[in-house]
Order: sequence, then structure tokens, then C-alpha cells
Amino acid sequence: MSEEEDDIILSELDDEELVQQMFDDLYDGLKEEIEEGVNILLERGWQPYRVLTEALVGGMTIVGNDFRDGILFVPEVLLAANAMKGGMAILKPLLAETGAPRMGSMVIGTVKGDIHDIGKNLVSMMMEGAGFEVVDLGINNPVESYLEALEEHKPDILGMSALLTTTMPYMKVVIDTMIEQGLRDDYIVLVGGAPLNEEFGKAIGADAYCRDAAVAVETAKDFVARKHNQMNA
Amino acid sequence: MTNALSKLLETRDWLMADGATGTNLFNMGLSSGDAPEMWNIEHPDRIKKLYKFAVDNGSDIFLTNSFGGNSSRLKLHDAGHRAREISRVAAELGRDVADAADRPVIVAGSVGPTGDIMEPVGSLSHADAVEIFHEQAEGLKEGGADVLWLETISAPEEYRAAAEAFALADMPWCGTMSFDTAGRTMMGVTSADMVQLVQSLPNPPLAFGANCGTGAADLLRTVLGFSAQGVEIPIIAKGNAGIPKYVDGHIHYDGTPDLMADYAVMARDCGATIIGGCCGTMPEHLHAMREALETRPRGPRPTLDKITAALGAFSSASDGTGDDNPPARERRRSRRRV
Repeated sequence: MSEEEDDIILSELDDEELVQQMFDDLYDGLKEEIEEGVNILLERGWQPYRVLTEALVGGMTIVGNDFRDGILFVPEVLLAANAMKGGMAILKPLLAETGAPRMGSMVIGTVKGDIHDIGKNLVSMMMEGAGFEVVDLGINNPVESYLEALEEHKPDILGMSALLTTTMPYMKVVIDTMIEQGLRDDYIVLVGGAPLNEEFGKAIGADAYCRDAAVAVETAKDFVARKHNQMNA
Repeated sequence: MTNALSKLLETRDWLMADGATGTNLFNMGLSSGDAPEMWNIEHPDRIKKLYKFAVDNGSDIFLTNSFGGNSSRLKLHDAGHRAREISRVAAELGRDVADAADRPVIVAGSVGPTGDIMEPVGSLSHADAVEIFHEQAEGLKEGGADVLWLETISAPEEYRAAAEAFALADMPWCGTMSFDTAGRTMMGVTSADMVQLVQSLPNPPLAFGANCGTGAADLLRTVLGFSAQGVEIPIIAKGNAGIPKYVDGHIHYDGTPDLMADYAVMARDCGATIIGGCCGTMPEHLHAMREALETRPRGPRPTLDKITAALGAFSSASDGTGDDNPPARERRRSRRRV
């Protein structure tokens, strides 16, 4: 059958081709194929960290760039992230065992009064896709739940999201409380959401406003690298 | 179907809708994070005042304070079970204000998104979405809304589910989507896609269009995209008064009344029949818009350059229509799709 000629047998591809094919499969949100690809690479002796960075993070970077450039939209990105998650589920325990380097960590949540979590979930997934550890507090978070999570998880980054103009000012409530308690400078604070903009981020005292999930990942990498440099200096 | 809005549309070639709900309620003391819809019960006087802002400044149509009044949104405030009641009261208060006006004013029952992503990408089923919208629709109908007004939708599946619910409630309706991502909705819907969607519905809306999103300039580009499709259903333009800035502890939109007056006239020239504002559009903006719509002549369809010259730059180079789209990714080989 001619159809079979089109069908790709992942295990027959060499490493380089397989990784390229996984980029395509991530882009198309094919979870089972990604899981299969991860397993094949592991069987071939790849270190879990290498599978993560070269195959998965590499593929999600392409997805993120096309999302940033208005080529992909939320539905496609959610499917890609779901496929990524399938691969991550296999890698996660192995990464912990092998003591792989950490990219950084983030506590993220939508602010009080706001139940919108689409953008926040995207950021969460793309951050995981970039190798960050993410603690997702979900929706409708009062300042107390952010502070508790910071205390418990000691992340590098606090991320806040809001979709409504009626809820976005609450981000300032959280930041002001962090200042009052002398915690503000311990964390990188990133904010995002449809009605926000860079000026708003600055005005409320965040470190940065992130226009979309792809920008959030780039910004997070940047700030974490700077933070580590400062600590080593 | 005879109803107050279609009658008004027969006699007038443009109508003015209202402005902001949230921004105005903040000014009356709403705190960030609280549900504006609870004020229908707790502060009916303030909600009537909000409606009167619109009526007194020339709106022919105003939207009820029920945007987040569906059970999916209200459950966050432990009021999910009160969706029908809260929407009914929102419309009743509107009815009082509209009936006291000295001209016909339409009470449009606002219906916002559920906040959930629908299947297959998300978890909300079509049947559940229809049920959520239907419950709110019945409340708004009981309260005396003339039409239902779906707004700020990003997913075509959700728009369709709401349309189906409005048919169950046997109510005429209008419905706008929010084009805030590179000229498309968050889910990737272009202006041309929306025209197709609207025309494919068994119970099409009385009017359709765009609300909120980014600035006023982007919104007009979307309206031009609608009218380029040669659609006969009237077009709605409800743009934000500029972009939000944080000033002295409050959100302030940077669009002036003069700018919104220009926007209103240009929206009409772009092909919109129902013109209003969204976030940041205060009574003084509405006043200026009404005056401009009444006193300034119609002009030719503005070019994109003319729009940006008057209202500021677009947030993205392309809006997904036309030939200047970014190229799609080339796959190495085609996979057999199951």
C-alpha cells in the first residue's frame, strides 16, 4: 500500500533524523510519537538531560517561536505542550536520579478574582518545556497563597497572570506585600495577561512584563542567568 | 423575528452602544478581585447609575452587568448556583433604566466567556457549555433583556455553543469576539474566519463584530476585515479607549474623548453599524462619540495608514488575512494521520 511508504518508523531513523522528526511531531502535537522517540533515544544510551534539551526543549523552542510570530495559536500550542508532557513524564524520574542540572524554578498563578488560566497554563507548559520546574497555584490566588508558595518552594521566579482589567491591579497588591515583608528582592517577578503591557509591569514594580508564553521563557532564562551570575560574583 | 433591536436597526443606519463596565465600577469603589456581578444584588443603585451613564451620554444600547454571570465564572465567588438570579437582576435593573428613558434604549444582556477551554483541546464539553450559557440566557430573558449580547469570545466552539443556547432560550442575540493576538483571537480566529462562522449558524446573530482586544486601531483593522467579506449582517465595533496604564493606584486608559470620537466616526466609515467602546470608555468618551457620530459626515472607507495616523500603531504587522502571512512550518515528511 502506498500509505505505508509514507509511514515513518521512528526506530529506523538515525539519531539526527529522529530528533528532527521529533521536532515535527512536537509541532504537530503527536504525544505517542514523542513518547516513543524519547524511549528510543534513551535505549540508544542518550542521557535523559540530553534527550530533554536537544529533542524536547529544541522542539518546543520552534513551537514557541512560531507562537511568538503569530504562526501558531493557542490550540496548536496546547497540543504541542501536551505531547511534550508525555515525553517529560518519562524523563522526570530519570532526570532526578541522574542529578541533571536545573534550569530554575517558578511559582505561578492567576490572581485573585480571575479564573482565567489559559495563558497561565501556556506559560507553565512552555516553562516546563524549557526545562524549568513549575509549581502551578491555579486560579484565583490571594496574596497569602503566593506568599505561602514562595516560602515553601523557594523558587527563582514568581509569575502572575490576569486576563481582566478588573483583576490586573491585584498584581500590585501582591508585589507591595512582598516589599512590606522584605521579600521582593529575593525573587524575579514576571507578569503577563492580555490587558497588560510593559509600562504596566514597570508601574506595579514587576521585573518584567511578558507578552506571551514564548517571551516568558526567554525572559525567565535571561533573569535566571543574571541572578546566577550575581550570586557567583 | 420582531424585537426592539431589529426595529431600531430598520429605522437608523448607525446605533451607539455603551462603554466600559469594569472601569466605571472601579471608579465607584469596586475592589480588584471582587465579582462586579455581585453588585447587582448588593449595590443595585450603583449598577443603575452605570447604566444611566450610557443612556445619558447617548447610547442606544447598553450591556447589562452580567459579563461574568455564568455559573462557571460565578462559582469562583461561591455563587455558581446564583447564575440565573444574578443575570435576571442585572437585566431587571437595566429594564428600569431603559424604560425611564425618553427614547428607545435597548437592554442587551451581556454574556461573557466561560473561562474554560472547550474540547477537544480543553475539557469543557459542548453540551456543558450550552447548558451554562442557556442558564444565563434564561435569567437575562426573565429580567427583560431585549437581546442577548455575547462578548469577548476567542474560540469558535464557544461562540457556537452560546448561539445554540440562545436558540433554546428563544432569544435574538448579538455576538462579538476579541481579536487580541496578532490581529486574531487567542484561538487563532481571523476576521474572515469569524464572518464564515457567523454565516454558518442556524440562528445567526442580529449583529456581530469585535470588542476589547488591543487598542482602537487594531479593532478597526478587524472591522475592515469583516466588511471586506461583503457580509450583510450588521457589524459591531466596541474598542478599548486606548491601552491601560497604571496611574496612582488605578488603571487608566490613555485614549482621550477626542480620540474615541475619531474612532467612532472611522468605525462607521469602516462599515460598522453598531459602535461603542469597551474598557476605559467613560461617560465623557461616550458623549464625545455620540456628538461626532451625529455631526460629522460619513467618509470613504479609511485605509490602514489613515487608521494608524489617527489612532496609533497596530500591535502586529499582519492580522492573518491577505497574503502577507508568515509562512507555515515545512515538515520534513508527511506523516500518515490517523
